[in-house]
Amino acid sequence: MTDTAVAAEDRTRTPERARRRRGGGPPGEPRAVGWLYVLPALLVYAAFLLYPLLRAVQISLYDWNGNTLATWAGLDNYADVVTDPALRASFGHALVLIAFYALLPLLVGLVLTAILSRAQVRGLGFFRTVVFLPQVVAMVVIAVAWRRMYSPDGSVNDLLRAIGLDGLTRGWLGDYTAALPAVGLVGTWFEIGLVTVLLLAGTGKIPTELYEAARLDGAGPVREFVTVTLPALRGEISVALTLTVIAALRTFDLVYVTTRGGPGTSTSVPSYEVYNRAFQQGRVGSAAAIAVVLTLVIFAISFGITRIAERDR
Amino acid sequence: MRVSRGERTANYVVLVAFAVFALWPVLTVLLAALGPDDAAGGSVGGGVLGLHPENFVTAWDQGRFGSYLRTSVLVSGTVVVVSVVLSLLSGYALGTMRFRGSTALFYLFLVGIMMPSEAVLVPLYYDLRDLGLTDTVWALLLPQIAQSVAFGTFWMRAWFRSSSRSIVEAARLDGASTWRILWQVLVPLARPAVVTLTVLTFMWTWNEFLVPLVMVVSESLRTAPLGLAFFQGQYTQGFTLLAAGACIVATPVVVLYLFLQRHFIAGMLEGAVRE
Repeated sequence: MTDTAVAAEDRTRTPERARRRRGGGPPGEPRAVGWLYVLPALLVYAAFLLYPLLRAVQISLYDWNGNTLATWAGLDNYADVVTDPALRASFGHALVLIAFYALLPLLVGLVLTAILSRAQVRGLGFFRTVVFLPQVVAMVVIAVAWRRMYSPDGSVNDLLRAIGLDGLTRGWLGDYTAALPAVGLVGTWFEIGLVTVLLLAGTGKIPTELYEAARLDGAGPVREFVTVTLPALRGEISVALTLTVIAALRTFDLVYVTTRGGPGTSTSVPSYEVYNRAFQQGRVGSAAAIAVVLTLVIFAISFGITRIAERDR
Repeated sequence: MRVSRGERTANYVVLVAFAVFALWPVLTVLLAALGPDDAAGGSVGGGVLGLHPENFVTAWDQGRFGSYLRTSVLVSGTVVVVSVVLSLLSGYALGTMRFRGSTALFYLFLVGIMMPSEAVLVPLYYDLRDLGLTDTVWALLLPQIAQSVAFGTFWMRAWFRSSSRSIVEAARLDGASTWRILWQVLVPLARPAVVTLTVLTFMWTWNEFLVPLVMVVSESLRTAPLGLAFFQGQYTQGFTLLAAGACIVATPVVVLYLFLQRHFIAGMLEGAVRE
């Protein structure tokens, strides 16, 4: 979305530039006063967001426990991100979460979109309200609910027993192999609504004639979806991927409330490591380095995914 | 478009299945909150029509949600009012005026939208601690205002750019000051965009967890989600009161969503990079 805005910016720039050449804009056009209007917002923003970001970079170059004098560490904290097995594992877990937060919801969203774009369905408004609901509920509340559902006597196990899969029942969040996918599935549940509603908004813009033409050519539902719907949704898909991948990388509340990174370190993720090291273990420099790396990865993904979508178009 | 009856039935089955999946955790919490208190012996029966709304009162007292909600209302209200006003001012300038550096400023604000708060909270905590501001309401307000202003500037700028330029130019030719054009001409027209920005900022601030977790220790400064997390840690005997607490925390935003759904969906689809 930010990138859509950038693209729009590029489009509008040309006439603006032409006008400026003709004589500096229309009469009465205010100029320097613009700074006065931006100033209050800029001051708060610079003091509490930009300056701390620079400080994070600075702190990441030191060994510091938060209290005593810091000692210069150079790039050691960054080297740790690559070499420390615990940190490598946490980034690996983030990759697993990306599959659950981004790929799975996209798949489900595409199926639901295929269904809803083919047939007039009654109750679409209600369906949209319901699937989007998770997006507005505080993550702490969601985590409390799922913790209960995953507990040994929770409804997930009830469901498994009801369909005869008694062998699979367990305390999901306390299980070394099951905990991470279990946390990931909460992400899937959370993002399906966002992705589906986003894709549905995109299909509304596809002209019906395209579908009629496809049907006249004898295309079945699958070919129709692949040749008409999918290409038209490329922009929405890239936006959905950007949002959900970033959400996966930023997972914190959910892990903090459900597992605290456990059992062992089987669900620790980069954001949780940042918190843990900065405020529990007194390894502030290392925490800052992870935070900086995480920020860079998020920036790269935001630009990268949109770039790919733009090139394909 | 017409499809066969079999396909239509299959479609409804799939849609209903996903709607049920989406509501599953919500209903789990709601039903548990209204059921008999499982920590107090779980006496079945009694209550109003078999329901136990008194659980909310018990949870409210035991979990001290009154205090948490008061902090949340104070923090969310202040963040919303301050950041919306500041965003109107900066978005107005970046959207309707041309001045040296305006493009650079826009990109600067864009960085803030993508920035994860984890990155800035580490240095921010230690710097605010040195200033003696941690564990005060300022530590909750200032970082969240800064985050909201980044998105708000981006959001309002987009609206001001697309709003009718001719109105602004006509007002300028009439000799109206930039200040009057903003408040008397544009803001009344911008109401839908301002409402969207208000509900999104409110939701993000109300639901925020990491900032209060890091910044405050005092119980009186805990926001609703943070209070719920602490309540979960203390109250381990059962689930009923925890579920009731979860309902209390989620209700304000959910009710707002049910009334202003369009604003939530439009806003998050067009500009939800922050969360």
